[in-house]
Parts: sequence; structure tokens; C-alpha cells
Amino acid sequence: MKWRYLKQQLFFLTVRLSALVIAVAIGGFLVYIFVNGIGAINWEFLTQPPRDSMTKGGIMPAILGTFYLTAGAIIIALPLGVASAIYLSEYAKGGTVIRIIRVGVNCLAGVPSIVFGLFGLGLFVVFLKFGSSILSGALTLAFLILPTIIGAAEEALKAVPQTFREASLGLGVSKWQTILRIVLPSALPGILTGSILGIGRAAGETAPIMFTAAAFFTAKLPQSIFDEVMALPYHVYVLATAGTHIEETRPLQYGTVLVLVALVLGIDLIAIVIRSYMRKNKGW
Amino acid sequence: MSRKVKEIIIKNVFLLFALVSVVILALIIIFLFVEGVPIFGVVSVTDFLFGMEWYPTYDPPEFGIWPLIVGSFVVTLFASLLAVPLGVLSAIYIAEIAPPLIKEIFKPVVELLAGLPSVVLGFFGMAVLAPWMQETFDLPTGLNIVNASLVLALMAVPTISSISEDALYSVPQEFKEASYALGATRFETIARVIVPAALSGISTAVILGMARAIGETMVVLMVAGGAAAIPESIFDSVRPMPASIAAEMGEAPFRSDHYHALFATGVVLFFLTLGFNLIADYVSHRFKEVGSATL
Repeated sequence: MKWRYLKQQLFFLTVRLSALVIAVAIGGFLVYIFVNGIGAINWEFLTQPPRDSMTKGGIMPAILGTFYLTAGAIIIALPLGVASAIYLSEYAKGGTVIRIIRVGVNCLAGVPSIVFGLFGLGLFVVFLKFGSSILSGALTLAFLILPTIIGAAEEALKAVPQTFREASLGLGVSKWQTILRIVLPSALPGILTGSILGIGRAAGETAPIMFTAAAFFTAKLPQSIFDEVMALPYHVYVLATAGTHIEETRPLQYGTVLVLVALVLGIDLIAIVIRSYMRKNKGW
Repeated sequence: MSRKVKEIIIKNVFLLFALVSVVILALIIIFLFVEGVPIFGVVSVTDFLFGMEWYPTYDPPEFGIWPLIVGSFVVTLFASLLAVPLGVLSAIYIAEIAPPLIKEIFKPVVELLAGLPSVVLGFFGMAVLAPWMQETFDLPTGLNIVNASLVLALMAVPTISSISEDALYSVPQEFKEASYALGATRFETIARVIVPAALSGISTAVILGMARAIGETMVVLMVAGGAAAIPESIFDSVRPMPASIAAEMGEAPFRSDHYHALFATGVVLFFLTLGFNLIADYVSHRFKEVGSATL
């Protein structure tokens, strides 16, 4: 009899230890990045371009580039994703077409980011002749985050109680008007959460923009969507792997990493806070 | 225009938007093949897949990606050895054991881990773990299979954990109550009732976690070391497929054999991850948890 409870204690201990390992790994990682990166961060670092072949100066062009790429990606992916989710959740009634769409979305979600990079290179950069540019990079990132947004939007739409729709349809309102005036507004916070998570994902991705948008260094800030840009994740990669000053520029590397982590985790944290607030204050 | 016609038009417009994902998937396949297939005019499919030499810039060049395929599988396998137990156990912790307050904190922490950019983890492996490992174990390089697997495991844990957790939650409450009523301990209930009932979801989680690891680029590019050879020890460097594509595409002359070979590597990688995802999809539908009513 005792052994049963001892076994339970041992099991619980293992489970708690696993959780602890994960918490310590991420906690230790964040603290380490913060401690090493905070020293590099000052006003000049955030607002000036790099100088002396990237061994001094700041990362402002990379911050700006990441902003352009991410904004472009979400502008393209959000309408597409929400419209897809509306079809899947409001109109679809099962059948082969739906099955194909679902499998398609799932498979797209599983495509490795480097394959998105190859696809962007083949389609946008070469075939459509956009060149390595903000446009190519934003399009590539948009399709990378599309499944995330579809998933979140669909979940948000499904969470709207069926009675809302029935009440509206019962008053003689058309299906489209019901979706536009009743369902979408109720689902908006959920859709927002999903798109914020999509933004975080797009801002942190490196592989998809390596061949489609990111530049090692640009002398000028981008003038149009057909210009190459510097981007934070690519800048981290470049500073850490290329060039002859890898050890010398460590502080700059940690600084850039800290800015990127703060940006991405800040974005994700906003989404998580909105979501938990929503769950507690749901009006239905 | 009558209201009915208008509604039908609107419905079909939404259908068109929903089909975009499928179209993009098709375009990905088409463009990978268009740019990748020309390499098979230079080497045969078998020599490409199973060739032992990857020297794309030599004269004459060698385009055998077997060492790259092995590299991908080795790091994925070792990462799974760590990520599967950690991911599943942490899911059990969140779903069954954690007190509410700790759960409220721990769940977002795992989600944050999922959100960390891969380049940042790659940087950590490269700048911190590698020198430490090199010194501690007196190795020629800290950029090796063990290091890459450690970092990859960290990336796969959130995927495995959150999907397993959903599966554990969807086990009907009656199952637990029945088990407790028979006098089972919490451990016995978890091990013999809850986990078996959630097994299809947990398997899906494991497969998707492995798919995540095999397709991950920046970590293996920065941390795996980049040696295109079959590894002999776990402290050897490897060059997984995504790393090879990412590292060499910038230098490969446009539409050269090397360029086409990298796209063909992308084709292999794509179908490998597609396979993982289709298996996951199949497992989650085929062995879907039965509700209490069907028992």
C-alpha cells in the first residue's frame, strides 16, 4: 500500500521538476540577455544608424525595417485571414472543399520558414521581379502568419454564441449583415489577440526574409517598398556570424538581441493580457 | 439585385479568400519544383538523395545531400529525447497538478517561450552555450549536435506542451471520477486513465514538435557547426538541410546548379515536414478521443 503513494510522490516530483526546468531555462535566458544587453542600450543605440562597418553606432535602420516588414505582413494577412475564417466558421457546411481548405491551412502552418524563404525568392523576388525588397519580404511573412491568423479568428468566431446569430436572423436581417454587425464585433477582441500574436511571429522571423528583403547594411533608409531593408533578426545573425569583429561587437549583439526580445515578447504579452482580460470579462 | 443573389455572391467571395491558403501551398510546391528540378539534369535523384558528398562549390561539384538529411534527423531525434518528456510532463503539470495560481503564471511562460525568435535562441547557443561546452568538455568546437539539440528542444517544448495540454483537458471529467471512485490514486488515474485517453492528442503534439524541430533554420544554422559529413559522435558538427539552404543561397550564383540543388533540398525538406504534418492530421482524426457516451 505504501508503495502506491511513494510512486505517486515520485511521479509528482518528476513532473514538478520538468516544469521547473522549463521555467528556469526561460527565466535564466531572459535574465542573461537582459543583464548583458542593457549596457548597450541608450538613446544613440536606438536612434542612430551603425557606423565604422557596423562596429559602432546604433540599430535604428534595423528597427525601422522590422517595423515596415511586420506592418506590411499584417496589412496583407489580416483581411485574408479573417475572410478565410469567416468562410470556414460561418458559411462552410462540411464536404470536400472544406476538407481541402482545412488540410491546406494545416499544411501551410507546418511549412518550414526557410521553405517560405525559397518560395518568396522564387515567386516574388525572381518571377514577379519585385527584387529583394520590403514588398517581397512582407508578402512572404504574410503567408507565413496567415494560418496563425485564420486559426485565431476562427476560434474567436466560433466562440460567439449561436443565439446571437439566431436572434439577428430571426429579426429578418440577412446573413451577411448578421456577420458584419453582430458576429464580427463580438469576435473582434479574439481576432485582435490572434493578429497580435501574428505580428510577434513576423517580427522575429529571420529565415523567410534572408533571401527576400533583408540587407546586410543599407547606407540610406528605404525610400519605397521596392527597397531592401535592414531588419532586427537578420542584424543579430549578421553581427554574430559575419565579419572580423565578432568578439568586439558582442555588446552591440546583446543590445540588438535585447531590443528584439523585448519587442517580440512585449507584443506577445499584450496579446496574452488582452486575452485573459477578455476571458474574465466576457459579456455572455 | 435580389437579396438572395447578393448573399450567394458574398458567400463565394469568402470562399475565394479561404482558398488563398490552398493556392499558396500549391504555389510553394510549384516554385520549389520549377527551381529545384533542373538539378536532376546534372545528378540523378538517387545520387542526389543518397550521395555521400556535398561539395557544391568544388570543381567538379558534388551534390549528394545524404549527410544533410542525416544531420537533420540526428538533431531532431536528440532534441525529441529531451523535448518530448519535458513537453508532455509540463502539460500534465499544467492540466492536472499545478495549483491554480502557478498555472496562471506557468502557462503564459511556456507561451512566451514559443514566441522567442529562433535567431535569439541560436545566438544564445552560439555565444553562451558553445564556449561553455567547449571549455567544460574540452571539445574542438562547441557548435555541435548536443548544443543544437538542446536549443532545438527548447523550441519544440511549447508546441508539444500546449497541444498535449489541450488533449489532456478534453478527457471527460467522468473518466477521472470513475477512476477515483474505484479507489485509484491521482497518479494511477493520470497514468492509466487520463494519459491513455489523451494519447492521440499527445502523439499529434509529439509529431508536430518534431516537425517544428526538423524545419527550424536559424538554430541549426548558427549552432550545429555546419560540417557536411555523417557524424561519428554526438559532439561532431552537422549541417542539417535548412542550415545548408540558408548558408549557401546567398553565395550560389543565380540559377546555377548549386542554386537548383538548394531548391531541390527545399523540396526534400518540404515533403518531409508535410509528411509529419499529414501523419499528425491523420492520427488526430483517426484516433480521436471517444466521448463518455460512446463507451
